[in-house]
Amino acid sequence: MNFKTPKKIRQWLIEIGELSYFAARFFKEALRPPYEFNEFLRQCYQIGYRSLSLVLVTGFIIGLVLDLQSRPTMIQFGAVSWMPNMVGISIVRELGPVITALVCAGRISSGIGAELGSMRVTEQIDAMEVSGTNPFKFLVVTRVMASVMMLPLLVVVSDALALFGSALVENIEGNVSFQLYFNTVFEVLTYTDIIPATIKTFFFGFAIGIVGCYKGFYSKKGTAGVGIAANTAVVMASLLLFVIDFVAVFISNIFYDV
Amino acid sequence: MMEEEKNIAVKDSSKSPTKEVIMEIKDLYKSFSGHKVLNGFHMKLHKGENLVVMGKSGSGKSVMIKCLVGLIQPDTGYISVMGKEIKNLDRETLDELRSDIGFLFQGSALYDSMTVRENLEFPLRRHKEKFGKQTDTKALVVEALENVGLAHTIDLMPEELSGGMKRRIALARTLILRPKIILYDEPTSGLDPITSKEIIELMRNIQSKYGTSSLIITHDVDCARVISDRMILLVDGINYAEGTYAQLSQSKDPKIEAFFKK
Repeated sequence: MNFKTPKKIRQWLIEIGELSYFAARFFKEALRPPYEFNEFLRQCYQIGYRSLSLVLVTGFIIGLVLDLQSRPTMIQFGAVSWMPNMVGISIVRELGPVITALVCAGRISSGIGAELGSMRVTEQIDAMEVSGTNPFKFLVVTRVMASVMMLPLLVVVSDALALFGSALVENIEGNVSFQLYFNTVFEVLTYTDIIPATIKTFFFGFAIGIVGCYKGFYSKKGTAGVGIAANTAVVMASLLLFVIDFVAVFISNIFYDV
Repeated sequence: MMEEEKNIAVKDSSKSPTKEVIMEIKDLYKSFSGHKVLNGFHMKLHKGENLVVMGKSGSGKSVMIKCLVGLIQPDTGYISVMGKEIKNLDRETLDELRSDIGFLFQGSALYDSMTVRENLEFPLRRHKEKFGKQTDTKALVVEALENVGLAHTIDLMPEELSGGMKRRIALARTLILRPKIILYDEPTSGLDPITSKEIIELMRNIQSKYGTSSLIITHDVDCARVISDRMILLVDGINYAEGTYAQLSQSKDPKIEAFFKK
């Protein structure tokens, strides 16, 4: 039987293979000295601090909207006092990490893709190589590490603002004090909610960083390639986030039996 | 126009290069997706020599020069730089060798996110020991910038510089490690005639000050006339003709004539 893999599927499989190889190279290079610590700190600032305002606003609005949308239904069921529980668990376990990661995929992955892509087409990466600096270590390892370290922190900040947004609605609409709201939230949250949700954010950070770097580092076709790199980095990173999220939930359900 | 061109003196042939071969390529083949770019190219660069390789766009000039520093792996062929065969070198040794090879990229390739100072300091991060650990980095940077007449740009970002200034800063970055060989990839492309002349003049000054050997990839006939000791014409990935500018410019071969037509 002559079975031919459709071209699109073949390309997709090749892409997965190349990305896996790229990720493996990351681990190899990350463990070997010299370490580019200053560049890592600079990237932490670029990736972490520069994304902060976006994450703060997004988190706050998510909490606000989630509460406003759920409230009427909860009132109908006579369960409005459960609002902090419901919002708290939703935000910490799922919405906070996933939405923050998606926002960061849009900002960080595309930014890295465009930056490295433009460095590739203007031969800056070649210039780095010729000057004796390993561009993979200097550009890729530092960005991916910064993304892995910063994303969990951004998620924590986003979760806090989302809970604050929800508390604000409850305070205005339901006369629930901030103290009561946060006491209820922290009473209902357990380690089985927090630990898996936190662990998966490291993987989200890794996916965002590695996809952006992969797309940018191997950008082709001149300046048009830079746009393609930025665009495909966001699409691929976003898809990967959902896959990671599914796997993380699946695994945590096995371990914690929830 | 001719008067203007004559302002740059043609290279003084009395300062002949030595016969010591500093860089050698034999039977270099490279193809991309079945398309042959280099088809058995060969050359020798002697110490102190300025060798110009001319060819049309897509003739494989840039691929050849990138093979020389290990940026592109050739399909087959022998490349030796200062007696070391490139393909046998591990990364560490190759990086060490690269500190003796300066590379001026076609588009300058300055790092956008760094100031001029940081751009020049960048190669020193890896190769500072070449000058001794106590060397004052700032002094080296200032000296390199003074060589290209742009010491005042030290704290500027590349986006604040003109095309000609970028090329000169790139040249300063190339010089900072005091290389023995400088590879120029289209050093005057995209520049106006006056700036081109300034760059050519700089290249000549650098060669006489530091005694470097230069391999210059160009399709700028004026640049070749002024700077070359010897020329190779690259056609379809092979050496089509070789000789001095005077010899080649008088050739009646239509393919060679095409290079020198204005």
